[in-house]
Amino acid sequence: MTTTNDPHGPGRYQPLGPDDRREMLEVVGVGSLDELFSSIPAGLQFRGDLPVEEAMSEPELIRHLGELAATNGPATGMLSFLGAGCYPHFVPTHVDALIQRQEFMTSYTPYQAEISQGTLQAIFEFQTLVAMLTGMEVCNASMYDGSSAVAEAVLMARRLVRRGGRVLWSEGLHPAYREVAETYAQHLDVEFELMPVDTDGRTTIPAIDDDVIAVIVQQPNFFGVLEDLRAAGAALHEVGAKFIVAITEPVAWALTVPAGELGADIVAGELQSFGNGQNYGGPLVGFMATRMEYVRNLPGRLAGQTVDADGRRGFVLTLATREQHIRRAKATSNICTNTALCALATCIHLSSLGRTGVRQLALQNLAKATYARQELAAIDGIEAAFDGPFFNEFVLCLPMAAGEAVDACAANGVIPGVPLGRFDAQREHQLLVCVTEVHTRADIDKLVQTLAGVCS
Amino acid sequence: MAEYPDEYSYTKEHEWISVEGDIATVGITDHAQAELGDIVYIELPAVGDKLEAGQPFGTIESVKAVSELYAPVSGEVTEVHEDLVDRPEMVNEDPHGAAWMAKMKLADPSAVDGLMSASDYRSFLEADDGEH
Repeated sequence: MTTTNDPHGPGRYQPLGPDDRREMLEVVGVGSLDELFSSIPAGLQFRGDLPVEEAMSEPELIRHLGELAATNGPATGMLSFLGAGCYPHFVPTHVDALIQRQEFMTSYTPYQAEISQGTLQAIFEFQTLVAMLTGMEVCNASMYDGSSAVAEAVLMARRLVRRGGRVLWSEGLHPAYREVAETYAQHLDVEFELMPVDTDGRTTIPAIDDDVIAVIVQQPNFFGVLEDLRAAGAALHEVGAKFIVAITEPVAWALTVPAGELGADIVAGELQSFGNGQNYGGPLVGFMATRMEYVRNLPGRLAGQTVDADGRRGFVLTLATREQHIRRAKATSNICTNTALCALATCIHLSSLGRTGVRQLALQNLAKATYARQELAAIDGIEAAFDGPFFNEFVLCLPMAAGEAVDACAANGVIPGVPLGRFDAQREHQLLVCVTEVHTRADIDKLVQTLAGVCS
Repeated sequence: MAEYPDEYSYTKEHEWISVEGDIATVGITDHAQAELGDIVYIELPAVGDKLEAGQPFGTIESVKAVSELYAPVSGEVTEVHEDLVDRPEMVNEDPHGAAWMAKMKLADPSAVDGLMSASDYRSFLEADDGEH
């Protein structure tokens, strides 16, 4: 076969030329591309002009995209204290430099182990680091995001207990995660029941009946409060219900007791904080971790360590019978991918930080958020909503609708946080503020000054 | 060809069933284990599970394939061979004896009469082979 482009033969990334098409049509036995669609009734074939604008030149396009981008106030342009499931953290420059290496950036799924050892090892290291952080025995190769990971955890719990029933979940589990899980479970014999948070911001766990199949608590929770996981775990193992711990902010886990030590059956959630920017909400890094005894019910890819025919260590995708391409309808999930590049960024960032660095990072978050809340709660008319321990987020009660306060602060170049009224009409006066290592003391003082001005 | 005990009855899905009173023992045949290859994992039902003839009651996984296990007749599971889960290779070593999978109380003891005898099964295998 000849191509019109490469004198050395078919290039890997060359598009097809007219000669290629002619040759292929000849082999197939039709005279034109249109003939390939002859099985679609003429009346259903679209024959007009596609309603797409004319192509732009490169400089025109760059200008146009710039104009579109300028309609947003990017988080880096304003002083932002937005969190609520997607966090502002510093990603070291070397992370981006490494993930842009061609070997990582362009490689596809490592189904063929012989030519994918680098990718597979990176996935294996990722799994290992996350298992260590969460205190669990095995972690998958990542999933789309925290919300689908938690939804899959519900499905996994249902498979493990082999019966339908009630899932008790905390008001402190991210509202978007709950919405996604409800969508996933809408045709399942599973009912969800909300456990409210108390005045300290922690979940009140009721008595667990034997028709409960799972209990889900988020750590730290949606309000930034640190839950007492020990109490939660103890309550439900007697009835055989599964203890699911959700994560949206994994940085906190450098300081909290690993869920694995507290009897968690499944830990699922989000790792965006490590290695990935907020990027208007994605792409993200979901994950699920569990006990080895449940591994065959874990969805998602799994990289395993093994030895080759010569006894050398190697890596391979394993336990594939859980997956779509082997079991189809009986697979553990219809998802058959992972967010490899984002997970790699997480892995690189975590390994650069190491045990000491990740703790230091967490302590900085804790210290700055503590200072911020102290100063903000001292403002006349503003008070903290909950009195329980918190990590890098906290809720303030304002003397006005939080949405209005946010708009007023934004006019002064500060986004003070997420107004909770959009999730719960009863929390219209509440503002969720996130403070991390990226905020300097001057930044925090500016937040205090601006919010004080708006609320006076 | 391997030994297929005459006291057992057989199914087209390559399970064997052996009856004593109203309790039946179930496993997979030598042909099945040979086709599957090295067995690495078995998922068995729980005691008390109600099985329906022809419906899957578990799965068996080898290095190259995964397969359902089908209940030869209807009944309730009374015993499950837990050791098999720890040593799945027993299925390759002794499929008709040591590697029994589950025992069940038969809903209808005469249902076994509708299954193949050892000689029927041998003929069935020969015919099957001839088609490949």
